[in-house]
Amino acid sequence: MSADTDVEVLRRQGRIVVVGASLAGLRAAETLREKGFRGSLTMIGDEPYEPYDRPPLSKQALLGRARPEDTALPRRRDIDADWRLGVAAAALDRNAKLVRLANGDTVPYDRLLITTGTRARPWFHPEEAGLDGVFVLRTRGDSARLCRKLAGGVSRVLVIGAGFTGSEVASACRELGLEVTVAERGPAPLVGALGGVIGAVADRLQRRHGVDLRCGISVTALEGDDVGRLRRAHLSDGSAIDVEVAVASLGAMRNTEWLAGSGVAAGSRGVACDAGCRVFDVNGIVTDDIYAAGDVARSPHPLFDYQFLALEHWGNAVEQAEIAAHNMICAGPERRPHLWLPMFWSSQFGVNIKSVGVPSLGDRLVVAQGTLAEERFVAVYGYRGRVIAAASFDGAKWLGFYEQQIATGAPFPPEYRTVDRRTEALEPVDPDFPDPHLPTHGATVTLTGHSPSERRVVFVPSHA
Amino acid sequence: MRLVVDLNRCQGFAQCVFLAPDVFSLHGDEALLFSPRFDEAQRDRVEKAAAACPVQAILADYSDEPTKRVEPHVG
Amino acid sequence: MTSGTISAQITDYANRADPYPLYAELRKTPVLREDDGTYLVSTYYEVRNLANDPRLSNDTSNRPSGYARPGQPAEETGLPPGFIFTDPPVHDRLRDTVNRPFGPPHSPRFLDDLRGELTKVVTELLDAFEGKDQADIVEDFAYPLPVTAICKVLGVPRGDEPLFHGWADALASSLDPHPGDDGQEKGQRARQELGAYLSDLIETKRRHPGPGILSALTPDMTPADLAATAVLLLVAGHETTVNAITNTTLTLLRHPDILERFQKEPDLAVPLIEEVLRYEPPVQFVTWTTALADIDVAGTTIPKGSPVWLMLAAANRDPRRFEDPDRFDPDREDNEHLGFYTGIHYCFGAPLARIELHLAVPELFRRVKFSGLLEDPPPYRANAVLRGPRHLPVAIDGLTP
Repeated sequence: MSADTDVEVLRRQGRIVVVGASLAGLRAAETLREKGFRGSLTMIGDEPYEPYDRPPLSKQALLGRARPEDTALPRRRDIDADWRLGVAAAALDRNAKLVRLANGDTVPYDRLLITTGTRARPWFHPEEAGLDGVFVLRTRGDSARLCRKLAGGVSRVLVIGAGFTGSEVASACRELGLEVTVAERGPAPLVGALGGVIGAVADRLQRRHGVDLRCGISVTALEGDDVGRLRRAHLSDGSAIDVEVAVASLGAMRNTEWLAGSGVAAGSRGVACDAGCRVFDVNGIVTDDIYAAGDVARSPHPLFDYQFLALEHWGNAVEQAEIAAHNMICAGPERRPHLWLPMFWSSQFGVNIKSVGVPSLGDRLVVAQGTLAEERFVAVYGYRGRVIAAASFDGAKWLGFYEQQIATGAPFPPEYRTVDRRTEALEPVDPDFPDPHLPTHGATVTLTGHSPSERRVVFVPSHA
Repeated sequence: MRLVVDLNRCQGFAQCVFLAPDVFSLHGDEALLFSPRFDEAQRDRVEKAAAACPVQAILADYSDEPTKRVEPHVG
Repeated sequence: MTSGTISAQITDYANRADPYPLYAELRKTPVLREDDGTYLVSTYYEVRNLANDPRLSNDTSNRPSGYARPGQPAEETGLPPGFIFTDPPVHDRLRDTVNRPFGPPHSPRFLDDLRGELTKVVTELLDAFEGKDQADIVEDFAYPLPVTAICKVLGVPRGDEPLFHGWADALASSLDPHPGDDGQEKGQRARQELGAYLSDLIETKRRHPGPGILSALTPDMTPADLAATAVLLLVAGHETTVNAITNTTLTLLRHPDILERFQKEPDLAVPLIEEVLRYEPPVQFVTWTTALADIDVAGTTIPKGSPVWLMLAAANRDPRRFEDPDRFDPDREDNEHLGFYTGIHYCFGAPLARIELHLAVPELFRRVKFSGLLEDPPPYRANAVLRGPRHLPVAIDGLTP
């Protein structure tokens, strides 16, 4: 039987199992049906909810403008799936080609898609993490619990970690009129993702909005009262503050434990796959029936020296899911590479922060348009003389241009004149990223390795 | 009815806010907030907002049907 | 066809009724250099990318002398350029200020709250069709509604329309690349006179604030900036919407199958209006952008200082972006047209235009029973940029209450 016939049979009567009923899982399932997959489709999810959208959980939901339980994602089409929600996948048996569920059931597959995503990194001390008033924010349930607590009226909220989620929580709490302390181990908020130069702007934003921001400080202990309610936090400078709520915003951990022993290349950094979303086994040999997409996947990107990128980005989840779905049910030559340009947004303190490319790779930075002082600007990051990323504060309409600059490997610093250029010549500065070996909150882009290849491709993004 | 905005695409043109101010709002000059769920009374306005989006970033579906065949043994 | 002739053909009145074959010809050279050094860009992705390109300026004083500088006022008018002819940071400051009383985040419901009054205007205009067997859609419907709307938005007395009508017309005509021998001069004079009229009005509002955004803006803007803004909004606020309403009517009457469907499915209005904005955009092209640096576009380098025309109507019919682009198709998905431009200069009045279209179009076709166009093509106005019929005579077969 030829490979083409195999694909035809698969498309007609194959069994596809998606583990992770998330944004990526849903969009993959829709794409499979869109592309004519007529076999059986099973969606497995550990949360008892249909796929929902996470970004509102730290914004609209905390502000009381949307309920966390109202965040179910709209459907592009009917997917005619068997939903197994509220039961986690517990193991993968590649020989028998089946997924074992936590309740003992087994689900056989011809093609498997792994979209198990990430979970919030919990507060490191389990007993303290169990105190009433200590939260993480990742799921619908997390958001609902935090909303309820905040609505009950609290004297002070402690946010541990000033990455994007932590900063958004601090912003929402200030808008709700709550007193907020932010403790950040690094020198400024957002420093891991955007560097110290932009971090200084975020620092100013927080303070101007009344946040008690403490950088270069870590929380050493959370202390409860005799009925187990959080009442005080101890900081590394020896001080202590009275708080009723602490939100640990310490980044994410990839949900790969269920793959232990399966022989696929999965670990704390995610599930390694090729640019076509096919998962590697532990020997570095690519499988042909197991795919990965979304936050849990890491794959080599030609634009960034073929480094394996793991992107916790909404847009990446959507596009990688679409690519994986396409590749799962087509013949080899029709497969597509996942060449998405990293992109994300955050809204905090009334500012829309967006970025494209991989800022944390940058060795130089210029403010190409606007000024840092006005908190309205586009900053461009260079890496070895080419444009590698751009970040904007309330300048989203310009990012499409810089996206093209990145995609075409345009030279850095940009020499040309633009509108809103405030200086005659652009003076590149060090973007001031913290030493990657020092622990800090997670950047939204994690660089986790190198492929042996030094080949370059000419990458021109599709116009579609 | 369910709604999501692709905020990577969104550039803060705010056309949706003008057309459906009960569902969409601007937070500051550019950041968009939206209600992920809306009711029948807003449907006409959301359709107009989605059609008007200059970067076609709004996805809504107009069914409120529960997901079929949800796993019965929840938890 | 030699490159020097195409812009002349586009502006030639003989081609006003159907410029689309010329646009198709133009797209064969996505970036076309005219003999005088002006560049015409006509394909979708190239136009869109340039509209988002910070190396492109809307301030035509960046052009070398010798080129036309649309939007740049003669010194004697004493009025600064309207914000559409400025770049950031000046542009952003002006536009953000004007937006405060007009739209979100500060005034998200200002336009929405006008719906009731505008609905009444639509009803009154259509009531007047009673007993008629023919009408001019422009004079009887498409012109009066946007004028009333922009007057309400600004707080300009509707009764002054006869006063400013001529000025607005002359000013809009002067945006044309070849506005006739004295068009440019007439335009400047009109701008000065309209500016003087509005300055007086603004001064009155400063002392006696009333409804509308001019009153709201008096504390925040210099009198000159506010007058320049008022001129821009008053002109742009109705000239374009007249075309949009008229083009929608014309297009529907030319597509009886879709008209029939629309009468059964009133919800079709929403995608249908967007499709008209793609198919017959009220602003066909913009002539007021200038390269601040050498810009490589589709294999051609546009040199620094070059005037650049962005051909929106040609881009909207680019087959690389829109399947079967010459077909009027309200079911078109992913209709990311450039009818209102894109980027930071996206049409300020787009939401007002859409509210008017959403109110006017379904009501017009619900109430008026058309029996056809009396002239096809209808007579067009001279303007090639703000292209639209001067009159749209139609035969009418009855009016539903």
